[in-house]
Amino acid sequence: MSPVPTPRAAAIALYRTMARIRAFENAAEEASKGGVAAFGASLADARVRGPLHLSTGQEAVAAGVCAHLARSDLITSTHRGHGHTIAKGASIERMMCELFGRASGYNSGKGGSMHIADFSVGMLGANGVVAAGIPIAVGAAHALKIGKENAVVACFFGDGAINRGPFLEGLNWAAVHRLRILFVCEDNRWSATTATEAMTAGEGALARARGIGLDGLAVDGNDVFAVHAAAGELLAKIRRGEGPQFLHAVTYRLKGHVSVDPATYRDGEEVSRALQDDPLAAAAEKLRAAGVGSEALDAMRREAEKEVSDAVAVASGAPWPDPREAYTDIQDSGAGRWLG
Amino acid sequence: MNYAQAACAALARAMAADARVVALGEDVGRGGIFGQYRGLQQRFGAARVIDTPISEATIMGAAVGMALAGLKPVVEMRVVDFALCAMDEIVNQAAKARYMFGGQGRVALVARMPIGIWSGSAAQHSQSLEAWFAHTPGLVVVAPATPADNHALLAASIACGDPVIYMEHKELWGVEGEVDEREPGAIGKAKVLREGSDVTVVSWSRTVHAALEAAQQAASRGISVELIDLRTIWPWDRETVLTSASKTGRLLVVHEAVRPAGFGAEIAAEVAERLAVRVKRVGGPRIPVGYSRPLEEQARITAGNILAALDGFN
Repeated sequence: MSPVPTPRAAAIALYRTMARIRAFENAAEEASKGGVAAFGASLADARVRGPLHLSTGQEAVAAGVCAHLARSDLITSTHRGHGHTIAKGASIERMMCELFGRASGYNSGKGGSMHIADFSVGMLGANGVVAAGIPIAVGAAHALKIGKENAVVACFFGDGAINRGPFLEGLNWAAVHRLRILFVCEDNRWSATTATEAMTAGEGALARARGIGLDGLAVDGNDVFAVHAAAGELLAKIRRGEGPQFLHAVTYRLKGHVSVDPATYRDGEEVSRALQDDPLAAAAEKLRAAGVGSEALDAMRREAEKEVSDAVAVASGAPWPDPREAYTDIQDSGAGRWLG
Repeated sequence: MNYAQAACAALARAMAADARVVALGEDVGRGGIFGQYRGLQQRFGAARVIDTPISEATIMGAAVGMALAGLKPVVEMRVVDFALCAMDEIVNQAAKARYMFGGQGRVALVARMPIGIWSGSAAQHSQSLEAWFAHTPGLVVVAPATPADNHALLAASIACGDPVIYMEHKELWGVEGEVDEREPGAIGKAKVLREGSDVTVVSWSRTVHAALEAAQQAASRGISVELIDLRTIWPWDRETVLTSASKTGRLLVVHEAVRPAGFGAEIAAEVAERLAVRVKRVGGPRIPVGYSRPLEEQARITAGNILAALDGFN
């Protein structure tokens, strides 16, 4: 059990971030119903189209790590990236507009949930390919080194990513070049619809990182204060120039792989236990024990829900992209030569 | 100046002019295995001429990250065959990042991946895969045939701001030629190497040299060839090709890549849709390149192959 950090405002801010992520994803999930034909669901006219990967239950990782990052610090994320994006400081309204496919979304409707990005806050993009953000984060950290900049990079990926080649390549590269990067394995224990444990040999993510020469910490990824403390320690080392570090945060994916996936392949008891270990409830309990009133916590949740419902209202009425925008932001050389 | 030195000179000029230009890849610090980076690390330092592990996916992916963070990386893939280890990073990341993120980031990088048969190097070191990349929206594809173009087009590629698949040829490194370092390159501009009236021949990379030889031999048989070095595969210079083909009434596209679904098919189709001209293609057979000389020769495009195709027009 990790203590509530001081000052108390910082601890409350962690809770607020988690509450905002949870509210955002609950609303996005509701708006995605019927948005993708998979897992027996049929395609209907949903407001959020296509696969929507929810990080419900994993909010403590995004909140605990990003609380240490300045706007000039950079992150890369995964297909399950709403939490990281919100925690890094993106606007919930513009994110919702993007999920709704509207012109005022962060990506002008070109990316959606899987490619959500806000470069203005140093969020260099979610990614539809597992582990693909790792080399990009490494390159961004290398650019900071070349530019002799003090900023750092946090690279989020899941437990599935540790079985892909870029994990080995990227960690090795970061260690060889002593880059200012924190690798965060947000371990939700499921690789799409397969238990990661069944498909992963050896002692796990941190052992692999250590095998490549990185140091790091393993932490209860459902305890936001523990994540916050561990990430703080590792980021301080990175900022002191001690090389890349690795954080293995073990959490649990409370929802299916995508929002329409009922995840019937999971053991009901496993899910019931996980629901008892909700990171928001755990953080609230600790904050109450530290003297924060229930009313204040309830008010924060209500504020988050209001912010999100306002965002949904804005996104629902926001203009669609002009179809001609399908032909912009592709390339300058040969622009216009779309058919030959 | 040879083809390798020309590229090296262009890169040195770009690095001297713009601190954002960096080079990264295996063995670049020692000058690259073809000498195409010779002297650059001594001149610009190991921080900007970056030696990397044999990690093609991360060389390419890191270059995307560098570009999104504001640098202009020149990426060494050694040969196109090895770039296949970085296809996600090229096709899903470099080519699409600008679009997917709604224009928030740009991927100004040049990925050098030499194509073609490299004598005696067999099936995994001898491919010409330009059509794969031409098929991917977001990418520019360049294939210089001469030292002058390797200088001018590498400079233009670094300057253009798009992700460029830059395809030198594994057997052209030692080719000598005049290089005017002040000559600006232009992506998307073909060059008419030889004017003629009977047949338009379009080629690029090494087969330009074979086509030139064939054109000279054809002239002695009374066939007047207009030879176009396409230089850029995407965006290819449609206007120059159409103008020439409408004049000659006959089009022959020649490339070393295998003929089925090669880029010649795209050119032939585009021209045939617009003009009433006869079109033909010469390309490699759809076989892996064999090691032994008699097997390898089956995959090579020679002046003889081209001449036979020219003779076959009526």
